[in-house]
Amino acid sequence: MGKPSDLLQGTLDLLILKTLLMEPRHGWAIAKRIQQISGEVLQVQQGSLYPALHRLEQQAWIKAKWAASETGRQAKFYSLTAAGRAQLEKETANWSRLSTAIDLIVNEA
Amino acid sequence: MRWFVQLRMRIQMLIGRGKAGVRLDDELQFHLEQQIAENVAAGMSAEEAHYAALRAFGNPALLREQARATWNWTWLELLVRDVRHGVRTLMRTPGFAAIAILVIALGIGANVAMFTVVHSVLLKPLPFQNPERLFRLYEHSSDDMFAFNIVAGGVYAEWKTQNRSFSDLALLGDAVFNLSGENGQLPEIAHGTNCTWNLFTTLGVRPALGRDFTAADDQRSANGTVLLSWGLWKRRFGGDPAILNQAIHLNRRSYTVIGIMPAWFAYPDAATQLWTPIYHDKPASVMESLGDHEFQVIGRLHPGFTIAQGREDLSLIVRRLHDQHLNNPMISKAAEISPLLDDMVGDFKRPLYVLMSATGCLLLIACLNVANLLVARGAARRRELAIRTALGGGRLRLLREQLMESFLLSAAGGSAGMLLAYGAVQWLVHMRPDMSRVEAIHIDGIAALFTVGLIVLCALFSGVIASFATTDKRILSTLQSSARGSSSGQAGTGLRRSLLSIEIGITVVLLVAAGLFIKSYAHLRSSDMGCATENTLTMRLALFGGRYGQPAQLVNFYTALLERVRSLPGVEAAGFVQAVPGQGYWGDNGFSIVEHPPLPQGEAQFAIFRFADPGYFAAMRIPLLRGRSFDPSQRLDHAREVVVSKSFADTYLPGEDPLGKHLHSGPGAAYTIVGVVGDTRYTPSEEPKPMQYYPLFAGESDNGTLVIRSNREVEQLALPVQRIVRDLDHDLAVSDVLTMDQLLGKSTLDASFDATLLLGFAVLSLVLAAVGLFGVLSYIVAQRTNEIGIRMALGAQREQILRTVLLNGLRPALVGLAFGLFASAGVTRLIRSMLYGTQPLDPAVFTAVTAALFGAALVACAIPAWRASRLNPMIALRME
Repeated sequence: MGKPSDLLQGTLDLLILKTLLMEPRHGWAIAKRIQQISGEVLQVQQGSLYPALHRLEQQAWIKAKWAASETGRQAKFYSLTAAGRAQLEKETANWSRLSTAIDLIVNEA
Repeated sequence: MRWFVQLRMRIQMLIGRGKAGVRLDDELQFHLEQQIAENVAAGMSAEEAHYAALRAFGNPALLREQARATWNWTWLELLVRDVRHGVRTLMRTPGFAAIAILVIALGIGANVAMFTVVHSVLLKPLPFQNPERLFRLYEHSSDDMFAFNIVAGGVYAEWKTQNRSFSDLALLGDAVFNLSGENGQLPEIAHGTNCTWNLFTTLGVRPALGRDFTAADDQRSANGTVLLSWGLWKRRFGGDPAILNQAIHLNRRSYTVIGIMPAWFAYPDAATQLWTPIYHDKPASVMESLGDHEFQVIGRLHPGFTIAQGREDLSLIVRRLHDQHLNNPMISKAAEISPLLDDMVGDFKRPLYVLMSATGCLLLIACLNVANLLVARGAARRRELAIRTALGGGRLRLLREQLMESFLLSAAGGSAGMLLAYGAVQWLVHMRPDMSRVEAIHIDGIAALFTVGLIVLCALFSGVIASFATTDKRILSTLQSSARGSSSGQAGTGLRRSLLSIEIGITVVLLVAAGLFIKSYAHLRSSDMGCATENTLTMRLALFGGRYGQPAQLVNFYTALLERVRSLPGVEAAGFVQAVPGQGYWGDNGFSIVEHPPLPQGEAQFAIFRFADPGYFAAMRIPLLRGRSFDPSQRLDHAREVVVSKSFADTYLPGEDPLGKHLHSGPGAAYTIVGVVGDTRYTPSEEPKPMQYYPLFAGESDNGTLVIRSNREVEQLALPVQRIVRDLDHDLAVSDVLTMDQLLGKSTLDASFDATLLLGFAVLSLVLAAVGLFGVLSYIVAQRTNEIGIRMALGAQREQILRTVLLNGLRPALVGLAFGLFASAGVTRLIRSMLYGTQPLDPAVFTAVTAALFGAALVACAIPAWRASRLNPMIALRME
């Protein structure tokens, strides 16, 4: 596997929000989840993940809670807020528009 | 809702920052542990798993920094860190910090104090209604030589009825009141103002208590009414409102207190303690005279009119009066007006602005000095900074640190300066009670804002200059140049030399200005008053009331007083005169010389006059040049003799024998000139003017100055003399008990004040400049220790080293000196009008300043130069 693809600017926020839509997760789980779902294509570096999480928390799109993890150790679990859900919808719509547009260009006969 | 969560987040991040930091570490640690666990699960050994996880994880410190950077308040955190770092850096060199803070405190303190005075006195609008429409009105003097003369009562009355451009005119005049003691209080002399009833409505001010004057109060026939100042009310009447509608006795006449003015109100000046209606107090003859210029007039200009229109309006009226009364040559021909604020503070404008420029220079020097110190320190830390840059310290961050340091210094200095300014303002107010609007001088919000502005300015100025010198882009060469054996880089020293030259140049300008003021003041104090000034005591007396209604009663009082004072042990001589030399112009009158052909119609000649007793000239040691003094036996209507001064004789009777000539002044028989006396000055700064002395024993003057000369401590005679006055009239208070020296000191107070302050600023800046010079040179020597050691080892003589270093330091001093002398030549022209008997290019002052500066520079340079020449080459070479 070559170098992990760089995430498009701003898409990490979308991915994190999306990952948190189903259930609260901690940082490690978020990174793992993104990696798994993307079929190991997207590897989120810690250097991007934690600043992004903290930024989203400051923006009040996600909120954090300390709880016991599956191993019993205390971990910081992030979950979506109402504002975060709205933001997710907005960003999802944005993304669809953008990817459709790019598809159109790339797949032009 | 989201904003609420964000706000809560903000507050949490502000107060729970430490906890959030711990949690972040924990969160990252958890991530690491998960990675390790995964690695172990994948079959690695514990140790292997640990290292692999760490590798994947990256630099934890950096990661932490990146996460924290997204937090709220990061800017504040950085600021706090910068401050803490700055404080710590400064604490490492407490001597440097203390000196820099002190220097800035002096600079800012002096500036804030001067700004407070200038702002309160010159710039703040008067505390009256629409003060920009208030004007002071003047007549020209009748010979048109002087445009700002006081106004005659009759002219005021004509102006008031005929003008179209002023909505209101008011008249006022100084008055001295003998305030009788009620219920066992002591009598006292109170300075007051006679004014027309509408003075306060013209200004737009209401009494704080009671009522204002009405037109009915302001008549000769009305009952006496008086308004008290807040201060007098509090002090003498215990602030008791029951005093309203009570009678008090002024000059033995009954006045009803109708109101109390507000505490802030001080017009025409802060010394005014009470106001009475002028048409009630003054006889109609004075109020209707067209030629007796006695009063101040103020007016409120109609909104639609310009200053020029107002002036024209008044001029036309007075010109018409002049033309209608051609037989009265004392009526003036034109009018002048100026804004009331200018009239009140105009005299203080130039001196205050000169002092303010001086403090500005002082601050500039202070900033330059601090910049210099910072440059020196920056240079000493060049290696540290280079290493930090090499390790990845951002240049912006280093610059920010440097600015933070200079900002911390400025802020500390500014706070100390604010305290200094507070003290300085108190001192200034205490020293200059004579200054107009002195009651309005307070450090206020604007002064505080000014302080903050100065702090920022100082910080930027010194910080930016310093960082110019230290942000060296050639890191590598810096690191190399600090290798052993080579002389340290010269970066910064060129800049520091220029800073020094500027500093010294400004110092020279200040020194020259101070020197000129001091010389001028010395001239002023040594100007020959034309009379005795040593061991001479003066006190003012004013006789009031029915007891002195007749001229004979006045004469009897004066005779008895002088007789008893002269017989006091220790009194050599005593006399009584309306005003002694140095007490001011007082008054003049028109006269004609009977033996001369009459003057052309409409022309007048006038000279200062004084009433004096026959013994006055001997008591004041005013030389009798020709003839004799008054005949003491000639009294009342028989006293028709006049004594004139030498310049009077020279001006009006040139080439003639003045004795036996006759002067006509006012109604009644002519006066015979019986003597000529030496000239005296009415104020130290003016050349003697022609003067006429009329006999006190004619009984026309009810006030004046008693002078007592002794051969020993004359001040000890003050109490015995006051006791004599009390014995003669228990209700009479004396005022202004001063020796001649004190009196002259008071009349030259402004000159001595300006000179002293300016000298203080100049000396301060000289010290700062010398310290700066010393600092720079010491630093250069320290930097070149190695090089000097090598030179010595190679055979250089100590004298050679001494000379080299000395020249190195003196060069910027000499450049600054030349620049300063050149600038002074230009600047001193601006203060020409403030100098008395001193030329702006006074060679003695310029020479003295050059010598003083050169001396100071030599001392400042000699110490480091001598140290350099004493270096032990072995130690110097071994030193790293």
